[in-house]
Amino acid sequence: MGSTGKLNSSSSELDLDRPNIEDYLPSGSSIQQEPHGKLRLRDLLDISPTLSEAAGAIVDDSFTRCFKSNPPEPWNWNVYLFPLWCFGVVVRYLVLFPARVLVLTIGWIIFLSSFIPVHFLLKGHDKWRKKIERFLVEIICSFFVASWTGVVKYHGPRPSIRPKQVFVANHTSMIDFIILEQMTAFAVIMQKHPGWVGLLQSTILESVGCIWFNRSEAKDREIVAKKLRDHVQGADNNPLLIFPEGTCVNNHYTVMFKKGAFELGCTVCPVAIKYNKIFVDAFWNSRKQSFTMHLLQLMTSWAVVCDVWYLEPQTLRPGETPIEFAERVRDIISVRAGLKKVPWDGYLKYSRPSPKHRERKQQNFADSVLRRLEEK
Amino acid sequence: MLTQYDIEEVQEHCNNLFSQHEIVSLYQRFCQLDRNAKGFIPADEFLSVPEYAMNPLSQVVYFEGCHGIWKRLLKMEDGLNFKDFVAFLSAFSAKASTNQKIEHFRTFSIKGFQIWLLDNSEICTVVYPTKCCMVYDSDSNGKVSLNDILEVLRDLSGAFMSAEQREEILSHVQQEAGYSKSSYLKLDDFIKVLGHSGLKMDVEVPVD
Repeated sequence: MGSTGKLNSSSSELDLDRPNIEDYLPSGSSIQQEPHGKLRLRDLLDISPTLSEAAGAIVDDSFTRCFKSNPPEPWNWNVYLFPLWCFGVVVRYLVLFPARVLVLTIGWIIFLSSFIPVHFLLKGHDKWRKKIERFLVEIICSFFVASWTGVVKYHGPRPSIRPKQVFVANHTSMIDFIILEQMTAFAVIMQKHPGWVGLLQSTILESVGCIWFNRSEAKDREIVAKKLRDHVQGADNNPLLIFPEGTCVNNHYTVMFKKGAFELGCTVCPVAIKYNKIFVDAFWNSRKQSFTMHLLQLMTSWAVVCDVWYLEPQTLRPGETPIEFAERVRDIISVRAGLKKVPWDGYLKYSRPSPKHRERKQQNFADSVLRRLEEK
Repeated sequence: MLTQYDIEEVQEHCNNLFSQHEIVSLYQRFCQLDRNAKGFIPADEFLSVPEYAMNPLSQVVYFEGCHGIWKRLLKMEDGLNFKDFVAFLSAFSAKASTNQKIEHFRTFSIKGFQIWLLDNSEICTVVYPTKCCMVYDSDSNGKVSLNDILEVLRDLSGAFMSAEQREEILSHVQQEAGYSKSSYLKLDDFIKVLGHSGLKMDVEVPVD
């Protein structure tokens, strides 16, 4: 310790002008009422408030809650429910699952047998090629949704292809993208994945104009930001879909939106997605399951039921910073989908918090003590 | 899964400061933090909880490990098993302050003694040590010296107070309380200083 004043930022994402965390923490746990009066020895020895906060964080904290996936309560515990449940399992695994696999296979055959020829044969006629490829991507996504018996209700006006607009949505699983894609062929910005998903990303999704990034590369940010700007300017490109949370959250909370999507100088159209947990919990806990397992879990459940709301497009208000804009849009989405907001950066899932948070607390304490020292 | 026997054993270990419901809740929380299901929480797992990591005292919280050796929570190589986890948190149980039948203090302090008055009742001479946190006495000699207090002050204020300012503050309050620069603070001193207004150190365990 002993560095006076020079504070390095470990990640440029965590800016100082982010919303105040104390506004979000439950009132019981926030800093105790401002102590006043002369400074006494007691004030230095009594560290109980800070210690209580530390212990409070160990007992329960709002960040871990965002990624908690509660296993469904078992209901098959007695004589007549158990056979019913067994019957259900048999139907799901032996009837529905094979049927769904069949549907998906047919879908892939149709898709690949149309996509590959179109992609190569219509190389010269870009406009037509793009149109057909868009349509085909929408088709394969519909097949995916059918393979989970997806019941998706879309509310609001359908997205239109116009320049200078981006779509932002809350993120629960990679299937969010598929659900939105079956209605409109979006270009999406995604983390590059390994395995078969990565293969799909580099071949088919390239054709709708997707942009890739790598979370772990810091330099990546500028390159990606440039790609975003270029894409948005192009009149012919598919509308861009961004998940500003940056990570999958459990559909009860929203974490901080990254401001990248909000400083492109265009209209932001919020999209809210809410899954009905009774049928299946669609939250993809990427630390616990691979995407393949997640898909298999969906395909052996009864249905995926969700609501999608296309909300009113928003623009940056005069005098509003991109961060305030992001918060405002997050508010709109959270209210519509019935999600609670938490003030944490989703990337804290992958890295430790920067010292800045602790420094703010320290600063508050130091200011308060020094001020009281003056009061004689 | 916890059996009734397990719950009772843990309850006894923490001197009945948590109800059985709370222990079940704490177990769920323990399992959440123990991500790899190893049966213990590795020390730096606590740092993955952002609210804990940003607490200025998170680095200096101590815990009584086996053989009565006090170690920093974040440096415990063996991690925290469930019994230890509950014992650690029992210091913050609300019951600790509303137990009116047994008038006793909880000594919640790490290597130093920080007396905790219950319900503004009179200071009792029965001292009831429990295994829990420590913050003071970083040079481990059983007494809290000027230096120890300076260290804690440094953790709490970080880079926002210069060394001179800290010294100034400390000498100011020490004089005011009647101690000299070379005094050591012992148990009795803590009692006297933290006095009759008690310490509020409760944490609520969310029970479904």
